[in-house]
Amino acid sequence: MPRKFTPKVITSNDLLEGDVIYLARDGEWVRDIRRAALYDDENEAISALACADSHRHRHVGAYLADAALNDEGLPDPVHFREVFRTRGPTNYFHGKQADS
Amino acid sequence: MYRYSQFDDEFVRTRVAEFRGQVERRLDGSLSEDEFKPLRLKNGLYLQLHAYMLRVAIPYGTLNSRQMRQLAMIAERWDKGYGHFTTRQNIQFNWPKLRDVPDILDALADVSMHAIQTSGNCIRNVTADHFAGAACDEIEDPRPTAELLRQWSTDHPEFQYLPRKFKIAVTGSPNDRAVTRAHDIGLRMVRDDFGKPGFEVLIGGGLGRTPMIGMVARAFLPKDHLLPYIEAILRVYNLAGRRDNKHKARIKILVHETGRDIIRERIEAEFKRRLAVFPGIDPQLMEDIDASFRLPEFIDRPQDEHEGLLSSDPEYREWAEQNLTDHRQDGYRIVTVSLKAIGATPGDATSDQMRAIAAIAEKYAYDEIRVSHEQNIILPHVPLASMPGVYADLKAVGLAAANIGLISDIIACPGMDYCSLATARSIPVAQDIAREFNALELEKRIGHIKVKISGCINACGHHHVGHIGILGLDRAGVENYQITLGGDGTETAAIGRRAGPGFAADELLPALRRLIDRYLETRLDDRETFLACYRRLGEAPFLAALYPDNPRYAGEQL
Ligand code: SF4
Repeated sequence: MPRKFTPKVITSNDLLEGDVIYLARDGEWVRDIRRAALYDDENEAISALACADSHRHRHVGAYLADAALNDEGLPDPVHFREVFRTRGPTNYFHGKQADS
Repeated sequence: MYRYSQFDDEFVRTRVAEFRGQVERRLDGSLSEDEFKPLRLKNGLYLQLHAYMLRVAIPYGTLNSRQMRQLAMIAERWDKGYGHFTTRQNIQFNWPKLRDVPDILDALADVSMHAIQTSGNCIRNVTADHFAGAACDEIEDPRPTAELLRQWSTDHPEFQYLPRKFKIAVTGSPNDRAVTRAHDIGLRMVRDDFGKPGFEVLIGGGLGRTPMIGMVARAFLPKDHLLPYIEAILRVYNLAGRRDNKHKARIKILVHETGRDIIRERIEAEFKRRLAVFPGIDPQLMEDIDASFRLPEFIDRPQDEHEGLLSSDPEYREWAEQNLTDHRQDGYRIVTVSLKAIGATPGDATSDQMRAIAAIAEKYAYDEIRVSHEQNIILPHVPLASMPGVYADLKAVGLAAANIGLISDIIACPGMDYCSLATARSIPVAQDIAREFNALELEKRIGHIKVKISGCINACGHHHVGHIGILGLDRAGVENYQITLGGDGTETAAIGRRAGPGFAADELLPALRRLIDRYLETRLDDRETFLACYRRLGEAPFLAALYPDNPRYAGEQL
């Protein structure tokens, strides 16, 4: 049986800095997952990813990552790997957690 | 130490200039990532979880103070003020920006360093015993051999596109500190019946998803046959190694699938052909290499201050007991500088610490620095007369942790704090273990033990050869840690056995406590190490300690 599609965001790494980025509704790449577009529909997600792939000079290696709406109605990561990607490493206060 | 020749220099500079052009073309859009990725990887530039990562080769882990200072400068100017020393005796910078990388590579070239062949399916940085030239048990310094292999393998046209990456380690001592049995090729210096030094050649070792201990391809290989023999191995592998499946492409799988005897025969046949046309190594070249590794002039100096501190300063004594190793020369010691201060990230050094190490090496220790695969720094030749000064200067920058070989001296790969391939974190696990056993003041009592942690099956943290190995996995979206027991990376190499079901992150420390308690209760006396005790008793009592509530293991009490 095909797995049920779960909501996704499109995420990638910035070409210049390597920093984690997300695709927002307006087609911009943003650094904060809370501003990312959340796709409930599989086809929509796949075509948005294909479109994201065409911004190839902005980022490296876009993919779909599970996300869910939080209490404020904004996307939150689901898997722990994606949680770390929204923050940075846990051994130093570096990366996103320090920049925001 | 060996200096790059003009050829090396030009080669490295040309590569940097090429890469500068490639980065520009990536940035202006003329190269796609698909086109650019293999080019950046050829220059050691990876993309990790949060940023790019630059892996810089440190040939056989040997550095001088000038190079160490340059690494410190790079970390400060283009990174976040620290570097990570790895199990392959390399250094990694975790936060470089793409635009800056060509400048970083130029800065490396200024001190004869580069990041070439630190990635990709080629012969990687050759590693060696970090006590080379200083060890008491050494037959001969392995570094001239490692240097010869470095020169031979750098940009070798035939071996740039192997089925998979290829790692060579060399040791000149019977006590194997270079984990030669877990490398694609391991070279162990031995003597023949006439006392002449040569190599025992091991092939097909490796960790990763299919861990294997290398087999003896040749019990004795004369030194001057080394290059044709290694070429023969590489040739056989290059032609017959699998290219259809990345996970089956290492030479260990070829050896395993083809059979040891057949592989040995093929290598010997190829070796004969190559030997027939091998002109021999240019004696001038070998002489130059040998000369650059000549030992410094050792001098006898009074050690009164050192002796005095041993009796008056307990902290100094503890450090000296734990971190110093006998040197081939009386009045000298090998100093292991621990990069494992309690709670620190294993293998990390700040720019200030790197500069302090450089200054100490220059002032007291013949300007020689080594990186060990255990992620510590070695000062190979330190006179006891200078030891108090070395200690004081290390202490001033937080580098005087007295824990070499103890439970807090852990190897840990970057894991999911940095690595995009990781399935779980390893650094916090190492930090927690170090803090826990230190707080319990058990470290000294436990004594010699090797704990090694990897954040995924690729095993960069060498967990298979840890007395206690820990592998971080993703179990249904939660970090989970699998324990292996009885691994050994030395001349008595063994792959650890998987204990049983993994542990959730918060169950891991209590499980390790039970395991260690069992060892402390059951060891013969305090000279019996964890590994010796495990070998004597077998795994049953340790499994019972790990899984007290699991009838499958708990039944087997002592
Ligand atoms: S073992 Fe896995 S997680 Fe650790 S550094 Fe290697 S690839 Fe990354």
